[in-house]
Amino acid sequence: MIPSETLVKQAKDRQFVQDPNKAPTEDIHDIIFQLEKEGEWEVQRVPEPYMEVKTKYGRIKKIPIEKTWHHKSCGQCGHIPGYSTSIFWLNRKFGYDYIDPSDQTSCTAWNYYASATSNAAAQAAVAMRNFAAAAETGYYPLIHCGTSFGHYKETRMQLIHSAELRRQVRDILARLGKKFVIPEEIVHYSEWVHAMRDKIKENQVRDMSMIRATVHPACHYHKLITEDVIYDPEIYGAQRTAIITGTLQAIGVDVADYSTWYDCCGFGFRHILVSRDFSRSFATQRKIEVMKKEANPDVVVTHDTGCVTTLDQSQFAAKAHGHEVGVPVLSDSQMAALALGAHPYKVLQMHWHNTDNTGLLAKMGIDPDKAWAEFEKALEKLKDGSQQYLTWEDTDG
Amino acid sequence: MALDLRINKYADVPMEEKQRLFDEVTRDERFEEYLYGCYECGICVASCPSARFYDFSPRRIAQAVAREDVDLVYTLMNDSIWDCSQCFSCDRCPRKNSPGGLITIMREVAVNNGLSSAQEALEGYGRIVYKIMGTGTQVSPDMLQPNAFPDWGPHVKDISDNLDIWRRALPPETLHTTETGWQVDDKTIIELYLIWHMTGVMNMIQEVDEGLYEILVDVMEERLEEEGYDVTFD
Repeated sequence: MIPSETLVKQAKDRQFVQDPNKAPTEDIHDIIFQLEKEGEWEVQRVPEPYMEVKTKYGRIKKIPIEKTWHHKSCGQCGHIPGYSTSIFWLNRKFGYDYIDPSDQTSCTAWNYYASATSNAAAQAAVAMRNFAAAAETGYYPLIHCGTSFGHYKETRMQLIHSAELRRQVRDILARLGKKFVIPEEIVHYSEWVHAMRDKIKENQVRDMSMIRATVHPACHYHKLITEDVIYDPEIYGAQRTAIITGTLQAIGVDVADYSTWYDCCGFGFRHILVSRDFSRSFATQRKIEVMKKEANPDVVVTHDTGCVTTLDQSQFAAKAHGHEVGVPVLSDSQMAALALGAHPYKVLQMHWHNTDNTGLLAKMGIDPDKAWAEFEKALEKLKDGSQQYLTWEDTDG
Repeated sequence: MALDLRINKYADVPMEEKQRLFDEVTRDERFEEYLYGCYECGICVASCPSARFYDFSPRRIAQAVAREDVDLVYTLMNDSIWDCSQCFSCDRCPRKNSPGGLITIMREVAVNNGLSSAQEALEGYGRIVYKIMGTGTQVSPDMLQPNAFPDWGPHVKDISDNLDIWRRALPPETLHTTETGWQVDDKTIIELYLIWHMTGVMNMIQEVDEGLYEILVDVMEERLEEEGYDVTFD
C-alpha cells in the first residue's frame, strides 16, 4: 500500500501560481478607467511614489506611501484607540505627510451587516461622500477598518455594474455639492503596513525574535472581493493572504500555524452587541483555545476592529468558566509600532485592551510597571491642568 | 433555539404574501450574482461560524431560494437569517454562491416589510442605530459601561471611570471625543442626514422601530432646519 502521506502532499507545501492572464475575475482597474473615459466619474490616482504589491491572481495593486487620508474605524477609535494611534504614529515615525480628517463618517457597514437598516443607494452615497471628501484635500484614502475596506469594494462593484445606481448616487453627490470621484485602488491600512515592512525592519529597535504569534486574518479583508487581496508566493505558497504574516515575519516574530486559521472570530456584527454568548463561544472555543493548544502563542495578531475586540474581550468570561485562554490580542500596526520602539501605553494604549498583556511586554524586554508609571506621570499633567491633552511630543519621551 | 421545519409554522400567512416577499428578494439587483447552483458539497456549512452554535445552515438558505420554495424561504426569513454572522466565509462556495449575500437581501426585505422577526432581532439594537445614523460613528467610548458589558469584566469599569482623562491622553486630536468615535464636522453630519433623506433609509427604520424613528427624525429635522434646509422625513 502506498503511504497516504506520499499521496497527499501537505497543503503547506503546495504553491498557488499567480497568473493575471488566468484570473477568473475581471480587472476592476480596466472598468473604472473605462467609466472615467465615458464621463461617468473621476478616478483619484494613487499618489507617487507608491509601492507595488501582488494580489491573489498576480495583478499589481498600488499602495500609497504618504499623502494619505485616514478613513478611521468606529470600533478602533471608540473602544481600542491605540490601534488607530499606532497607525498615525508609524506615519509620523517615517515623517510621512497625512490627514486625520474630521470630514469623515463611518462607512455605516457595521450597522448594515447587523441590522440591514440601509439600502444600496445609501451605502454607496456614504462611501462616495467620504471619497469625495478625501479627493477635495488631494490626499488619498487609507481605510483603517476591514469591514469598511470589504464593504467599499462591494459597493464599488455594485456601482460598476449598475448604471442606475451610479446615476442615483451621482445625483445625490451633486446635491451635496460633491464630486463623483472613486479612488483608483481601495487600500486597507494593513496593506500599507505590509508594503512598509522592509522599512519597518530597517528601523527596528526592539528584538521580536523571542515572540511567537498566531495570525487571524479578518473575514471582510480576505473573503470579500478576494481577488483584490495581497497574496505572496513566499508566504503560505500564495494559498492564503500574506497580510499580517508578512509584516510579523519581517520583524522577526515566529508565526505559528493553527488549524482554524480560516475561521472567523465570531464578531457577527449584531451578535457582538446583542447576542454576545455566540461571539464569546466562537472566539474562545474555535480560535483562542485552538491556538493555545496547537501553537501556544504569546500574542494573537489581527488587523481589524471587530477581530481585536471579539478575540480579546471574550476571554474574560471564558476564563471564569475555566477555559484554556489568556492570550493578548494586538493589531499588526501595534506590533510594528512596538518593534519601532513605541511606548505601550502612550502610543499603543494597551490599557484599553482586556486580556493581560504584561507578560508579552516583559518578554519583549519592556518593564510594564515602569511603562505604566511613565504613562501615569504623563496623566498628572492633565489632572493638574497644566496640559489639556497628551500630544505626539509626549509620546517621544 | 432549534429551527423546527416539521410543521408549517406560518401556514396562516397567505401564499400570495409569501410569494410577494420572495419576488422582492429575487428582484434585487445583486440576486443573480449571489446564486448559481449547489453541488451539495457542504463547504459553506463547514466554514460557517453560526452553523456551529445555532440550528443554522447557509446551504439550506441557498437551496431553498434556488428551489423557489416560497414557503420555506418565508420560514427562514422569519426564524433563521438573523443568526447569520455576515462574515462571508460561505463565499468559499465552488459554485460562487454567496449565501451570506442572499441573507443580506432577505434581511433588507424583512426590514422593509416590517416582519416581526426583524423587529425582534433588532430589539436592544436601537441605541446602535441611533448612534450611527445620528452621529456618523457606530460605537462611542461612553458606551463602555459595566452594565452594558458585564461579561467583559472589571476592565470596562476602569475605562468608564477614567474615560475623560484617558481620551485626553490620546495624541490624535480627533480622538478626544467621548460621545462619538472621533470628531465629526457639523457640515459632515448634515450631509449624512441629507443622504438618509434622499435614499429613503428612514422609512426602513420606521418599519422596525417607530419610536426610534420619531426620535431620529426630530433630531435630524431640527439640525437641518438650523442649517437652513426645509426637509421633512414624512
